[in-house]
Amino acid sequence: MHRLAILFRLAWRNLWRNHRRTLIMLMAVVLGTWAMIFMTALMRGMVTDVVKDGISALPGHVQAHHPDYRDDPSVANLIAVSDAELAARFSAAGFVKWATRVRVPAVITSEYDSRGVTLLGVDPMYERDLTFVDYDEVTGRFLQSADDSGIVIGAKLAETLNTEVGKRIVLMSQNPDNDIADRGFRVIGLFKANIRAFEENYVFAGKITVQKMLGIGDQVSELVVLADDYRNVEAEYNKTVELIDGGGEVKRWFELDPYLGSMLGVMDGFVLVWIIVIFLALSFGLVNTLVMAVFERVREIGLMLALGMRPMNILGQIVVESSLLLAIGLAIGTALSWASVQPIKDGIDISIVSEGLDMWGMSSVLYPELLLSDVILANVVVLLLGFLASLSPAWRAAHYEPIEAITKV
Amino acid sequence: MTAVRCVDLCKTYRQGEVDIKALDHVSIEIKEGGFVCLSAPSGGGKTTLLNAIGGLDKPDSGEVYIAGQRIDNLSKGELAELRLRQIGFVFQAFNLIPVLTARENVEFVMQVQGVPAGERQRLAHAILDEVGLAGLEDRRPADMSGGQQQRVAVARAIVSRPALVLADEPTANLDSKTADELMELFRELNDHHSTTFVIATHDKRVMGYAKRLVRMLDGRIVADIKQDAA
Repeated sequence: MHRLAILFRLAWRNLWRNHRRTLIMLMAVVLGTWAMIFMTALMRGMVTDVVKDGISALPGHVQAHHPDYRDDPSVANLIAVSDAELAARFSAAGFVKWATRVRVPAVITSEYDSRGVTLLGVDPMYERDLTFVDYDEVTGRFLQSADDSGIVIGAKLAETLNTEVGKRIVLMSQNPDNDIADRGFRVIGLFKANIRAFEENYVFAGKITVQKMLGIGDQVSELVVLADDYRNVEAEYNKTVELIDGGGEVKRWFELDPYLGSMLGVMDGFVLVWIIVIFLALSFGLVNTLVMAVFERVREIGLMLALGMRPMNILGQIVVESSLLLAIGLAIGTALSWASVQPIKDGIDISIVSEGLDMWGMSSVLYPELLLSDVILANVVVLLLGFLASLSPAWRAAHYEPIEAITKV
Repeated sequence: MTAVRCVDLCKTYRQGEVDIKALDHVSIEIKEGGFVCLSAPSGGGKTTLLNAIGGLDKPDSGEVYIAGQRIDNLSKGELAELRLRQIGFVFQAFNLIPVLTARENVEFVMQVQGVPAGERQRLAHAILDEVGLAGLEDRRPADMSGGQQQRVAVARAIVSRPALVLADEPTANLDSKTADELMELFRELNDHHSTTFVIATHDKRVMGYAKRLVRMLDGRIVADIKQDAA
């Protein structure tokens, strides 16, 4: 304990012995830390945006389908349990954010053009919390009930079909007997989405209306459940498996879209690589600073060894000095990055490049995401690697011969 | 009892193409409470002998004993422990740690020894007072004269009452008045606490304080004289 106290005292005072050099190195650590954490927050925000938008296209963190639905998402592969029975089970289990849908491929035709789309037969009351469509931003109106006879399509699709609110379109799909099932709908609303592809590919109609059109009675294609945190859906998954009770195949969002799921893992790896690369750049300065500091103090290191300080204590002193420098730099850098994120936490408008970003499934507003785990990772990596980097000069200092060091000119 | 015993010490340095015998079969025994001056011209071997006794340098051959314990075959760590517990050092120059105050420099060895803070501070205060540095406790070496620095070094060397104090040219950077004061202090400690002093010097005034004068030349002891100290 006494030795530790003297090590800290010596390390702290030696740190400020050459103010200018220490401040320059400190500035480098602060900037490096800021770059690590702030840039990670921006990148994390981008990836989260892509993942969330991706999940919103599914949508739902946990989904149940007929086992063959993913290979053939047609009306032939419906969940074995009836919609009414599903509603009874999930409502009784206390689920809040969940819904059932009829989801089939269809062709939409206006008087000018036709397009292949995904038809979603939904109950707007359950769908509100799950869908990527903001009901209040719909031009016209959104569906009002499961038996609403209107249809809501994307603004981009409306443009392509040269149609608008109030006009009629025809939807065509297949019924379970492989016969054409079609129906005329009046366009009641046009929705906008962050991702333009959503506006082109999805159309919404009332669930009961679609069930009638397809002649599938009270059956649905999918059941979706939303968890509080998309990173942790295990509880909802397990409960859904229990409630479906073999009536369908239950999957988590990252199983439904492995590409999307892998993005989080890739991002975690990228953050680590990014932090290490910045640290490597920093480490050259750090090692140089410590080597200079050791060279300047060869005689007093020799004196301390001569007076009976053990080589390990000399090593410890240099390591503590390096750790103090890094700890101060990390603290300031972390505070600075937090302060940098605060003014832009409500989003940065990047619409100037939105055309390109749209291709990657990103929206035009970037929300930086400062995760505690990233802050901890950056701090731990810098301290750990800083410790390793300081070992070389510290080892050299600890292995001076006292009498050679003390007489060094 | 014997404080220091050296048996047939040899040490050769290579300087360019030339081998220099710093110690040439040196044997010496110093009793506890001795006050010995090693005198020699530059390169005569006195500092090498002092360093060998202090475990700072290993002889090429021969044996060194401190208080009966053989030390020339100890590891670095064991030697550090020996120096910490049993030997006080005063070097010719660069004696103090620049970032520590006078009091902290004096406390340094005690702190490494693990002496509690309260006792450390009391002893440091008392010893600085004893060497005439009362009131200068919080000054750093850069703010002190050469004589004051040397006295701090002496205070550090003796504060934990080591059995043996090794001093290498302790008066080299001091004026004659300060040098005399320092030697008086050494003698007082020697007389009152039976601390053994081994001082390497070529200062005749310092030799005058010694009870025993060992003259060296070319790495050999050429004279070993008991004398009435000043």
